[in-house]
Amino acid sequence: MSFNNLDQLYRQVIMDHYKTPRNKGSLENDNINIEMNNPTCGDRIQLTLQVEEGIVKDAKFDGEGCSISMASASMMTQAVKGKDVETALRLSKTFSDMMLGKEYDDSIDLGDIEALQGVSQFPARIKCATLAWKAMEKGVQNEEKS
Amino acid sequence: MINQEIKSYFPILNQEINGHPLVYLDSAATSQKPVQVIEALKKYYEFDNSNVHRGVHTLGNRATEHYEGAREKVQKFINADSTEEIVFVRGTTTAINTIAQSYGRANVEEGDEIVITYMEHHSNIIPWQQLAKERGAILKYVELEEDGTISLEQVRAAVTERTKIVSMVYVSNVLGTMNPVKEVAQIAHENGAVLVVDGAQAAPHLKIDVQQLDCDFFAFSGHKMCGPTGIGVMYGKKALLNNMEPVEFGGEMIDFVGLYDSTWKELPWKFEGGTPIIAGAVALGAAIDFLNEIGLNEIEKHEHEMAAYAMNEMQQIKGLDIYGPKDPGKRAGIVTFNLKEVHPHDVATVLDMSGIAVRAGHHCAQPLMKWLDVTATARASFYLYNNEADVDRLVEGLRSAKEYFSDVF
Repeated sequence: MSFNNLDQLYRQVIMDHYKTPRNKGSLENDNINIEMNNPTCGDRIQLTLQVEEGIVKDAKFDGEGCSISMASASMMTQAVKGKDVETALRLSKTFSDMMLGKEYDDSIDLGDIEALQGVSQFPARIKCATLAWKAMEKGVQNEEKS
Repeated sequence: MINQEIKSYFPILNQEINGHPLVYLDSAATSQKPVQVIEALKKYYEFDNSNVHRGVHTLGNRATEHYEGAREKVQKFINADSTEEIVFVRGTTTAINTIAQSYGRANVEEGDEIVITYMEHHSNIIPWQQLAKERGAILKYVELEEDGTISLEQVRAAVTERTKIVSMVYVSNVLGTMNPVKEVAQIAHENGAVLVVDGAQAAPHLKIDVQQLDCDFFAFSGHKMCGPTGIGVMYGKKALLNNMEPVEFGGEMIDFVGLYDSTWKELPWKFEGGTPIIAGAVALGAAIDFLNEIGLNEIEKHEHEMAAYAMNEMQQIKGLDIYGPKDPGKRAGIVTFNLKEVHPHDVATVLDMSGIAVRAGHHCAQPLMKWLDVTATARASFYLYNNEADVDRLVEGLRSAKEYFSDVF
């Protein structure tokens, strides 16, 4: 059986991130620690961030979930590391728009993340892809408030 | 009788999903509806719709007759002693919450025990957690055997004289295990406790006899047994229901309303505040007629056969683990599994692309997932409209999923 449509979902780069996740584990010098889960399916992510003077100095994630959720977490940590919080949040907004099939800001270089675009064609899986990003948003927003 | 014709009664099954004929293997979540049930809903709204128990007019009488007629069908379906013991509710969840809030609050004191098991659905866990927290009671879990069954020794060890309520699932929505509720009822009664049975996965698939089981309460949902969503049943022994207070107050459930106090109607109506789910009840009656015509024993036999065939075929896929009792005779038509190295969501997506609907996730049973030491599983559940060809499609789909993921890795 051929699965051309599935190849839109499970792109090579996604499977690469799933198999060899970047930034897996948890930071020791974190100042932001967020745990988030997807109650409908059991996916779980623990995100640790080190944010100093408005810059995401380091990011790591741990958790359990499907290929999409784990690959997305891996890509997210890679993307936000070294960026300022504002840029990280803008990336997150862009990613969210992309998932929802909306027009998105293409002036930002999404790099590997672009590979997740196919997920938008699988409505049941969008939440898998956005979990790590939601965790990051919540983390930095809590930090900004405090 | 179960034959090829059965599928044709279910219009929804006659469609393509993602370019393939639909194979629906998620009946444990909700079953599909036969034309007889869809027609009953339509007929009720087109000809008989009116409010019940109040109108003098003809339609009012007709609606009441149909609604109460459905209650009689339910009474016979589970062999309750009388229709007074049949309370229409929204579903299993509402039934168990009502029992917890009414019977539970009146009978559970500080230090008392409530006993449930590791294989409960969230709807048979959280109402008891809340009750235990509120009353300062102790919630105890019966451990499972390694094969995902419950032993009476473990039940005996958990149930003591301080136990007021034992609540247990009849058929597990994850493991498919059929539990010895009759024997558990006896143990509960010896200790002065009542037994609540979560029958959500049992009522669609096997002949229920509440008097023979001697359970004190029995809860089930219409939508898992070919009926519509939004209708379910709370059965309770009359002597218990008589002493229980309603949890919802308002119209329909009152006898006399004064300025500062009111009295309630007789059973079962005192538990049915507000306009009831009339069309739902009528259509549930039609679902019961449909199931009776085929025969519950026939359905149960068919499901054992489906489980046996599916387990046998699936076991030949290398790296596929099946959870729950190995003996198909000990389980209903539910097969929960994991494919090594492939997350169940990914399995479900690949199957969906082949037109096969299965459930993936924790199946509203997080404590059981913890016991199984997995975060999620995939589940194929069968009903009377499934056949061996559906299993073959599933197995083919699983092989493709395995192949697909071994290719991309």
